[in-house]
This record gives sequence, structure tokens and C-alpha cells, in this order.
Amino acid sequence: MRVHVDQEKCCGAGSCVLSAPEVFDQREEDGIVVLLDAEPPAGLHDAVHEAVAICPAAAISVEQVERVERV
Amino acid sequence: MTTAERTEAERGTGPADDLTPLAVPAARAAGCPFDPAPGVERARREEPVTRATLWDGSTCWLVTRHEDVRAVLGDPRFSAEAARPGFPFLTAGGRVLATSKPTFIRQDDPEHARLRRMLTADFMVKKVEAMRPEVQRLADDLLDRMTAGRDAADLVAEFALPLPSLVICLLLGVPYDDHAFFQERSRLLLSLRSTPEEVRTAQDDLHHYLCGLAEAKRREPDDGIVSRLVARGELDDEEVSSMGRLLLIAGHETTANMTALSTLALLRNPAQLERLRAEPSLIKGAVEELLRYLTIVHNGLPRVATEDVTLGGRTIRAGEGVLCTLNSANRDEDVFPGGDALDVGRDARRHVAFGFGVHQCLGQPLARVELQIAVETLLRRLPGLRLDIPFEDVPFRHDMGIYGVHALPVAW
Repeated sequence: MRVHVDQEKCCGAGSCVLSAPEVFDQREEDGIVVLLDAEPPAGLHDAVHEAVAICPAAAISVEQVERVERV
Repeated sequence: MTTAERTEAERGTGPADDLTPLAVPAARAAGCPFDPAPGVERARREEPVTRATLWDGSTCWLVTRHEDVRAVLGDPRFSAEAARPGFPFLTAGGRVLATSKPTFIRQDDPEHARLRRMLTADFMVKKVEAMRPEVQRLADDLLDRMTAGRDAADLVAEFALPLPSLVICLLLGVPYDDHAFFQERSRLLLSLRSTPEEVRTAQDDLHHYLCGLAEAKRREPDDGIVSRLVARGELDDEEVSSMGRLLLIAGHETTANMTALSTLALLRNPAQLERLRAEPSLIKGAVEELLRYLTIVHNGLPRVATEDVTLGGRTIRAGEGVLCTLNSANRDEDVFPGGDALDVGRDARRHVAFGFGVHQCLGQPLARVELQIAVETLLRRLPGLRLDIPFEDVPFRHDMGIYGVHALPVAW
């Protein structure tokens, strides 16, 4: 999973921080979303999906990334 | 009983497909004061985007399903600007207020975002979480006073209303000694029965009060929000006053009513109350469920379409008003199975009690902390808490834009 946040869209409601505090935080000066972990471990995926679902400003998106074997 | 088995009388105004408009604000059914108005519930099942008639005879669209409510509130083609023709007003007073300079909740981006972002840092999760000890101390002090030498009191007057009022006064830098003044004006602004004159006077009173406060903070700054807004130098006193008024009203009326109504809902659902007492760790989820179940913004959030938009099989034309009924969305069976029941163990986080879209409640982290502390402290400290009047006599706020109870006599 790769997480993206759009700080322009974010309205600072903070619901993502409540859902997945390991992945999302808020900027001290204006409460806008900060991404702490762009590729969170599987154990946090449900919480991230919840954060996406409840984000009022549609500022969070995720993409599934294929694990590519390094050669 | 299935829908098809309902009698015409129970169905209300007639067959679902005849577009007979619902009246809004609508009365809640006698005996079911926690449930959305029956007509709204029926609309969600049978015709989720339907016509409604407002108090002044004008019509708008009523959006009742969870998915559609989120779609409208998250779509910039639906404007929050009350000055636009077609904007649906819920009261005569609301129309009066739209003639003055709007606060950011009645503005669209980018101006809305510019103003809102001046406040987002004050309500961010970490900052509000750091206030827990102070909110807990205030809650304990209020309960100490309420219970000293007595075994009965009005929970609204002595706990549910003063707690968030004290907190928002602290945050804003408003003297709590003035609470009777601003609570009375807030009540007039939120009452569906206020005359336009009463609304205008209450608005002017609060405006002058907050302009005076802004002036005082310019002379003697503190670390409250009003003082910092003044110090930014980007806003004139009228803008500081409008923002201060919005925060002051939103900061105490909503949480006060959620606290009192939550207490009543738990007292009416003793199994849920006992479960929460037995498992205090459920409190965060229980507060989300209470927000969902009670949804105190009970007449819906108004918007006006700026373009033609198709929604739920209907075409909403540019210039037509829309009301998003949050309480109906929060009972939508597609998202909350068995949604008419209070279940403190439910995962209710997808509720829209705080609205949705970029206008979603700015103070929600604070509301959550206050509600978690208020409900947990009440249940823990008053194990014998009970309603002190017949349930039928509880004065529900059918006449207010924010639902709740005017008073809640309890004993313990």
C-alpha cells in the first residue's frame, strides 16, 4: 500500500489522526495533514482505509503497489 | 411490517412517486424523540432524493441517504453561500443573518479555506488531547458542585451546558462571567421560533460584545484565539467578531446538547448504559455511536447547486436548494445495519454527525474529548443516575436548530 495526502485539499478536521496515528499527523502551525508513513505495514491497512473513508475533504488516497523483487 | 403493508395513513402524504413535498422542519414522531422525522425516514427508503417544502412555502431538495449526503457535501458544485439565489433557509432568522457578512461556514473555497485555516491549529487532535486534564478537572468541579448536599438537579443547567461553555471561553479568551449574556443570544439565534427582529438584535448584541472584546485584546493581549486573530492583523474587527461568535456558539450549544441527550439516550437504553459502565474502554466508540444515533443537527445542512447535477436519479438544477439530512444519513441501513438501535459496541465512525466535505466541523476533536470525558465521568461518579421526571415530560428542543433537551431533571 502506498498512501498519498493532498495538503491543499485537507481541511484539518483531524479524523485521519484518530483513525491511524501511526500514519497521519497534523502540522503544528495549521493542523494540515502530515504523512508519517507512506508505506505502512499490513497491520495498519484497515485503519488507513478507514481514514480514507472518513476524510471529509477526500485528501487521502491509497494505491496498492506490487512488491517488486529487487534484482 | 414491510413498506407495502403500511396503510396510507402511516405512509403520510401519499404514494412515494407523486413528489408530494415533505414539510421541513418536520416534527419527530411522538414517543420516538431520538429518531428522525417519520417522513424523512420514509423518503430515504422510497425516494432518497425528494422535494421538501420549507416554512416560507419555498421548496428545495431533501437528500436522505448516507452516500448521497456525502456526495453533495463533498462536491464543490454545491455552494454553502447563503447569499446565492435559491439557498434554502430553515428559518426567517436564517434569512436575516444571510444579509450580513458571512462567516466561513457560509463561504466557499478559496475564501472559506483561507479563514478556516486561521483556526485549524487550535482544534488539532494533539492540542485538544493535551486539554484532557483541564476538561476533566472542570467536569469534576461541576459534578462536585451539582451533587454537594443534594440528590437531584437539572443536568443541562449544572453540567452539560457549563462544561463546554467554560472550555470554549478558555480557548477564545472570553470571560465566563458573561455566559448568561452569550447563552441567551445563542438561544435566540438558534431558535426556530425567533422573529427576524429578535435574531437581528441578538446578532447585533453579540457583534458589539465581540468587537469590544477584540478591542480589549488589542490593548491587553492574551493567548486566547480572539487575541491571536487580532494580532494576525489580517482581519478587521468585524471579521474577528464573526469568527468569535461562530466559535462561541458552535463551541457550547452543540456539545451541551449532545451531552444531555446522550445521557438521556443511555438512561433509556439501560443495557447499553450498563455495558458502557462495565467496559469504560468502549467510551470512544460509544461517543461515535451516540453522535450517529442522536445527530443533533436535526433539520439538515443547506446547500445550493451552482450547476445541474444528477443525484439519486434526479436532476438538481443550478440555483436549486438542497438540504442534506444528517440524521437520516446516520440511520441508513446500507451503512449502519440495525441503525435505529443504539449499540455502544458498534463501529460508527463513518457517521456524518459533524457534516462532511471541507465544511465538516472544525471543533470535532474538541467535541469528542469533551463528550468522552462528560459521559464517562457522569456514569462513573453517579452510579444511581436516573431521570427525575416522566420521560413524556422531558422538554425536547423541537423548536431549535440544534436538537436536544431544554432541561434534564435527574436524580442519583
